Amino acid sequence: MDINRREFLKRVGASALVGLLGGWEAVEILAPGQVEASYLQKPNALTAKRWAMVVDMSKMDQQTVENCIAACHHIHNVPDINDPRREIKWIWLEEFENAFPGQYQEHVARRFEGKPFLVLCNHCDNPPCVRVCPTKATWKREDGIVMMDQHRCIGCRYCMAACPFGSRSFNWMDPRPFIKKGYPEYPTREKGVVEKCNFCTERLAKGLMPACVEISKGALMFSDLAEPESGVREVLREHYTIRRKSHLGTNPQVYYVV
Amino acid sequence: MGDETKKVINALRETGFFKPQTIYDSRKVIIGIIILFGVVGFTFFYNMGKASKAPEPELTTPDIQGLPEAERVCVEPREYMKANHMRLLNEWRDQVVRRGKRDYVGFTKKKYTMSLQNTCLECHSNYDEFCSRCHQYSGITPYCWSCHVNKPKEWAAGKFKE
Amino acid sequence: MFETALRGSRRYWGLVVMLLVIIGLGFILYLWQLKVGLKITGMSRDVSWGFYIAQFTYLVGIAASAVMVVLPYYLHDYKAFGRITVLGEFLAVAAVSMCALFILVDLGKPVRIFNILLHPTFNSVMFWDMAVLSVYLLLNIVIGWTVLEAERNAAPPPKWVRPLIYLSIPWAPSIHIVTAFLYSGIPGRGFWLTAIMAPRFLSSAFASGPALLVLLALIIRRFTRFDPGREQIQTLAKIVAYCIIINVLFFLFEVFTVFYSQIPEHMRHFEYLLFGIAGHEKLVPWMWVSFVWMVLASVILVIPSARREHSILAAGCTFVIIATWIDKGIGLITGGFVPNPFDRITEYWPTVPEAIITLGIWAMGFFILAILYKIAISVKEEVVS
Repeated sequence: MDINRREFLKRVGASALVGLLGGWEAVEILAPGQVEASYLQKPNALTAKRWAMVVDMSKMDQQTVENCIAACHHIHNVPDINDPRREIKWIWLEEFENAFPGQYQEHVARRFEGKPFLVLCNHCDNPPCVRVCPTKATWKREDGIVMMDQHRCIGCRYCMAACPFGSRSFNWMDPRPFIKKGYPEYPTREKGVVEKCNFCTERLAKGLMPACVEISKGALMFSDLAEPESGVREVLREHYTIRRKSHLGTNPQVYYVV
Repeated sequence: MGDETKKVINALRETGFFKPQTIYDSRKVIIGIIILFGVVGFTFFYNMGKASKAPEPELTTPDIQGLPEAERVCVEPREYMKANHMRLLNEWRDQVVRRGKRDYVGFTKKKYTMSLQNTCLECHSNYDEFCSRCHQYSGITPYCWSCHVNKPKEWAAGKFKE
Repeated sequence: MFETALRGSRRYWGLVVMLLVIIGLGFILYLWQLKVGLKITGMSRDVSWGFYIAQFTYLVGIAASAVMVVLPYYLHDYKAFGRITVLGEFLAVAAVSMCALFILVDLGKPVRIFNILLHPTFNSVMFWDMAVLSVYLLLNIVIGWTVLEAERNAAPPPKWVRPLIYLSIPWAPSIHIVTAFLYSGIPGRGFWLTAIMAPRFLSSAFASGPALLVLLALIIRRFTRFDPGREQIQTLAKIVAYCIIINVLFFLFEVFTVFYSQIPEHMRHFEYLLFGIAGHEKLVPWMWVSFVWMVLASVILVIPSARREHSILAAGCTFVIIATWIDKGIGLITGGFVPNPFDRITEYWPTVPEAIITLGIWAMGFFILAILYKIAISVKEEVVS
């Protein structure tokens, strides 16, 4: 039987392909059967067409800010890493000139001086981070929340580059050693994935308000922007609000009453 | 010996298949073959006669014992869970994270919250004797546990830091 | 044809072994990075892309430059380049391989890389980048290998190669345009949000790639029996000259726009890079060296008498390679992230482990290049004799 190398390689390649496909099918066919099951939303889940948050600066003070940050970071097992280059933060405080760099002026109103501005992911309605994610590990839900799937994230950090607000953190190392007090109902993350505020989707699903909103004593308001009579819409009608970097067109959904 | 077999043997004989051949470097070749069989065979002979029994996962946790007899059922039948718990957990993951559905209704017709660390480990609170026992035996390391707390009660008590 | 890579002089094997050692070192350190996380690099929450992505960006440019040899020969019948198209194509293979490796080491979860294929996201520029780069790698290895083999057998290349070659011509600038789009479509980074990002990338690529080819051609001339040709080298050098001039001009256009308009969102990044801000000036000397060397190289390469003198030519090309590497690598990436969205400065510098892993991948690229060039040169030496 005369066969040359090229012919041999061609046949091996074809057989391998057939073997692979056949094996794949065999696994599927021989796999144990499915079960009848249904997957439901919890009956008391909070739903909305477009979740939005209002930060009322008149009701904001240092203690409230600290409570909000502590609550959020505790129930989400956010590690406390002391190094500003490696830290992970879902919600934190900034001064006016850093939270709103484009709107800063030298002679800022007195009531802004030293005011603690709470900053977090804005869950934009036109999110650039969603646009750039190559695996849809970050996506916008139907209720407007920009959600992350840490199981799918490949850690490319494109979303971090794309976010104009610096809302995202990356796990440069294993976060577990840095978690002060573990919260048993929520998972931790692994090194190599990005994370950010998720508007407490796990709480909304159970009929609870986000932790920061609940503990803020009214300084934070959270409701459906699409409902004309909702709390958020009421505030937006009656008060002047600003948003971070609104000129960029990302349509951020965290409004600040100033 | 059948006719067909005879035909095949004759055909081979004609090609010179049965003619004595010269083996070059025969000593090296034979030593090599012996070493090969020795190394590969060792993995069989070392364990010959010894059976490594598959461990039984421990199902008697205080949380399970605390339930009335009739309620000591998992979300799906035991045989199904044995073979499919990984698939089930993957499906739960996609439903919870990507579709926002958190309630599961299986063969018991009861509603369960789809959560590895909050539902599964509620009853199966003995990670070491339940999950780990079989995983170690099979030599697999699912990395669910690097995020999903595998000892939530200890974690809450501050006793257990991974 | 591959057997020609397995037969070589002591010098060849010495090079191969040296590269393998460096690759091994880089690999061991990468294993450590896999174990411990990307914290061993100098990247931070503010500068979340660094040295690895910088190398990737630079090398996509080198890879794209193969078109500068292919286009004149196949589209405009510039017969002289027929001798060296395979050198350009094989350089592209080595470069794209390095790109893939740099992306891989930069990922937080490299085992999940196939998620890009399992969950294709057509609105993500990164998805398209992966797609076009993979196809480009395939194109170049298939074209280069087939044409070389045909040359070895003194036969015309098979007909099906031609459409692939014609495809590779627009594909080459496309890979680099897509890479530029990674940066220029992001709203929050004023340094990158400029339409001239893609043209800058192309001018830089078409200067640095042919410059590297010139150096490689000079080395091949010196150490093997294959002569890429004086005319070929001169034409390549002319391409480098005009592309580096255009690159300098594009940079000056950017400088004018940001500094004349005085818009902080765009200007602050150039301020940081060129003058430093509030004592943060790590990159200032590097950016100025890069700019000066680009201008110097422009002068050297444009003057015919200087260009024809091979030692001066080599110096000029080296200037181009290093200057564009600084500008497109560390300058581009860090400049985009500094200052951060809060107008604060977090500087970036690669760590030693990061640098060694980088070196390991460069060594891998040169290893692939050495093997492929050995094959190409052996065949060409064979054909001549």
